[in-house]
Amino acid sequence: MSIKRRDFIKITSLSTLGLVAIPASELLAEIAKSDTSKSGKKLAMAIDLRKCSKEEGCTDCMDACHKVHNVPNFVNPDGKPNRKDEIKWIWKEHFEHAFHDNKHEFLSEKIKHIEAVVLCNHCENPPCVSVCPTQATWKRDQDGVVMMDWHRCIGCRYCIAACPYGSRSFNWRDPKEALNELNSDFPTRMKGVVEKCTFCNERLARGLQPACVDACKAEAIVFGDIHDSKSDIRKLLSHNFTILRKPGLGTNPAVYYIV
Amino acid sequence: MIEKALYGDKKYWGWLFFLGALIFIGFLAYMRQYTHGLTVTGLGRDVSWGFYIAQLTFLVGVAASAVMVVLPYYLHDYKQFGKITILGEFLAIPSVILCVTFVFVDLGQPFRGLNLFLHPSPRSPMFWDTVALGGYLCLNLLIGFVTLGAERKLTPPPKWIKPFIIISIPWAVSIHTVTAFLYSGLVARPFWMTAVLAPRFLASAFSAGPALLILLCLLLRKVTTFDAGKEAIQKLAVIAIYAMCLNVFLILMEVFTTFYSGMTEHISHFKYLYVGLNGNTFFVPWMWTSSILAIITLILLIPPAGRKNEKVLAFGCITLFLSIWIDKGMGMVVAGFVPNPFGVVAGYVPTLNELAISLGVYAIGALIVTLLYKIVLSVRTSIP
Repeated sequence: MSIKRRDFIKITSLSTLGLVAIPASELLAEIAKSDTSKSGKKLAMAIDLRKCSKEEGCTDCMDACHKVHNVPNFVNPDGKPNRKDEIKWIWKEHFEHAFHDNKHEFLSEKIKHIEAVVLCNHCENPPCVSVCPTQATWKRDQDGVVMMDWHRCIGCRYCIAACPYGSRSFNWRDPKEALNELNSDFPTRMKGVVEKCTFCNERLARGLQPACVDACKAEAIVFGDIHDSKSDIRKLLSHNFTILRKPGLGTNPAVYYIV
Repeated sequence: MIEKALYGDKKYWGWLFFLGALIFIGFLAYMRQYTHGLTVTGLGRDVSWGFYIAQLTFLVGVAASAVMVVLPYYLHDYKQFGKITILGEFLAIPSVILCVTFVFVDLGQPFRGLNLFLHPSPRSPMFWDTVALGGYLCLNLLIGFVTLGAERKLTPPPKWIKPFIIISIPWAVSIHTVTAFLYSGLVARPFWMTAVLAPRFLASAFSAGPALLILLCLLLRKVTTFDAGKEAIQKLAVIAIYAMCLNVFLILMEVFTTFYSGMTEHISHFKYLYVGLNGNTFFVPWMWTSSILAIITLILLIPPAGRKNEKVLAFGCITLFLSIWIDKGMGMVVAGFVPNPFGVVAGYVPTLNELAISLGVYAIGALIVTLLYKIVLSVRTSIP
């Protein structure tokens, strides 16, 4: 069958147009999308490090989170965490590491010994969301939670490079190699994807507080909507001196610390 | 025309089989990585990008450097480059292919790569890098084969190819600028977040690329009957050394800003590279070697007498290429991650598995260069 060149070009162009129509409209929608709706909620966390430090050696929040989310525990043969492959969503860092632009030689003993609980800051202006080439991570419009889609993630680790807080972990190997008990209510991930705290979005959907908030025996973690002036977290923020991690970077983090 | 790559003497086929063996080793190493995960590399939670991404960064520069032969010939009618523009374009093609391959072997879920196109992300420099590199590859394939095909038929190239050639010039600049944008917009990594990163990338690319092209031309003159011409090679050398001077100047600009300001955040990364940090000194000998090689290059190639002597020129091109490769292909990426966001120093050394895969990938590049250059040579020697 012989086909005229003009007809061939017509058919090919129409087909190509049809094929790119959906990705193209997604692209246009992405460009046209406005930034955060100020009317929505903005979920945030305030961690009272004074209360937290009273419980020396406590790991309740980390244990609760990692257990309910099937976070693997990679350790070396000597029992120390495998710093290379480890995955952590919430953990404790020395004050001078968590707030290393606030450290100096003459910190008080009290401050020096603070082990600050650190996690994803669910920034208002998250660099990880900007850089993700597949939008496998995004900021929810309704409450500002920075989410993860483990099926879309291609494991390029650009988000890890972009995160100023070291909040993200990559599955360098199959997490099932280091999972002892499984919580069958929450998916396990596969090797080759990035993961982090998602403010327990699966618990929020059931009207619950994040696991770490519930687990803290010192009641040091307060969670709520900072756009709601009557919320507990707002009361805490208005009555206490609070600091943020790396505030000058413009990320606008949503985890506040009372020291 | 492509079939010309299938004809060659024993040396040619011996070389191809050698490369094939390296590729096979790389493939086996990749299978091991694909099975166990990227844990087989030296990468970890703190240094999450390393050798693979560094090679990608370096190779985008080599790809972009084709513009250094295309621009003088097509925009300024510098006829002496007539014989080698195709060599520049046919070096750009495997360079871009290697860029994509290095990303592929670095990805945690490489077979989800199509997500890049199914869910375009205009705010991500990585998305634009993919678009830019893909477009550049298509441009060079088109331009290379059309112009070479016309040469084979002893006719001038068709007029419609001219706009594509003109577009390829700013496009070449854009691919390396976008690659720099991957790094220079990240607040998390003060070592990379400098406006001078894109100019540095371009300067180093426009010196390392022509230097490699010079070495390839000298090699071709040795093993085949192809002679690029003394004038062309000399002009390439002038371009390479000017760009190298600019590259060294820009590095010194970074040194000034960092050390005069004394800003801890910036100094720590330089310290890690040049004197070591917290006992971790892996990169120190490498970086000083790179600096010394750069100085040797400047001494050898700035004086015209140095460039005119082809032995000195070859040596100078090697020191230039190695100096930039160490700086861009080893130091730059890793140093962005050390110290980490907590101020802690974590080490990184590429593993044998990682290097084996990289060797295989580079062998793919050498294979494509060999095949493409063979086509060029065969076309040219079949012309009476």
